[in-house]
Amino acid sequence: MSFEYRVTGGDFTHAGYASSQVKKMLKQLGVDSIVIKRVVVCLYEAEVNIVAHAWDGIINVELDTDTIFMKLTDNGPGIADIEQAMQKGFSTASPEVREMGFGAGMGLPNISANADRFLISSEPGVGTTLQITINLNSPAV
Amino acid sequence: MKVTDIVEKLNLKVFSGHEGLGAEITGGYASDLLSDVMGHAEAGAVWVTIQTHRNVMAIASLRDLSAVIITCGEKPGDDTMTQSNEEAIPVLGTDLSTFELAGRLHAILR
Repeated sequence: MSFEYRVTGGDFTHAGYASSQVKKMLKQLGVDSIVIKRVVVCLYEAEVNIVAHAWDGIINVELDTDTIFMKLTDNGPGIADIEQAMQKGFSTASPEVREMGFGAGMGLPNISANADRFLISSEPGVGTTLQITINLNSPAV
Repeated sequence: MKVTDIVEKLNLKVFSGHEGLGAEITGGYASDLLSDVMGHAEAGAVWVTIQTHRNVMAIASLRDLSAVIITCGEKPGDDTMTQSNEEAIPVLGTDLSTFELAGRLHAILR
C-alpha cells in the first residue's frame, strides 16, 4: 500500500495530519504499539520540520507486511551542514516557532533514535529529503 | 487513578474533552518543548505545560496521553479545545506554576 500527503510550509494548524492518519492505519492493522510510537515520533518530527522550515513538501508512505518506508521531500532552504543539524540542541527555527515549543533541536535526533534506517540528503536553496524505514515486526530499535 | 480523580484532588478546571475524564493515568510529564514530550512522554501520562496552542493536542493524541494540564492560569485556544473534544483528551487548568502543580501531581500518583 502507498499513500501520499502534501504539507504546506508555515501551516501549523494542520501539522501532524499525516502522522495521525498513518497512526490510525497502523492501529487498524494491529501493528505493535511500540512500533507505532516509533513511526509516529519519526513522521511527526519530519512533518513539523517541513512546516517549520520549508515552503512545501510531499510525504510518501509505503507499507508492506514487514516494513514502513516514509520519504519526505520538501522544497525549501535546505540544510547546509547536515552533521551540525543532527546535533541535539542545534536549530535554525524562527523565534515564533520556538515560542510554540518547537525548534529545540530535538527533531532530527528523535528521528534518528526511533528509525531502523534513516537517510537525509539536502541541497541548499533547493530542499531536503528524508528517508525513514521502520521494521514493523521488531519493537526494539 | 483516573483523570477525574486528579481534577478533584488538585482542584483543576476542566476546559474541554469531558468525555475523556474516565481515562486511566499511568504517569506524568512536565515540559514546554513539544519534541521533548514527543520523544519521552509515556502513553497514558498527564502532560503539564504552559503551551496552549492546538499542536499540543496533536502531540497528546499521537502519543496517547491521558490529559493535558495548562499551568499558570493560562487558557487553551478555541481550536485546542475543539480538538480536545474531538479526541476526548481533557484539557485541564490550574493557577499554580508548573513546578507547584507537578510536585502535587507526583505526590498523588506515587
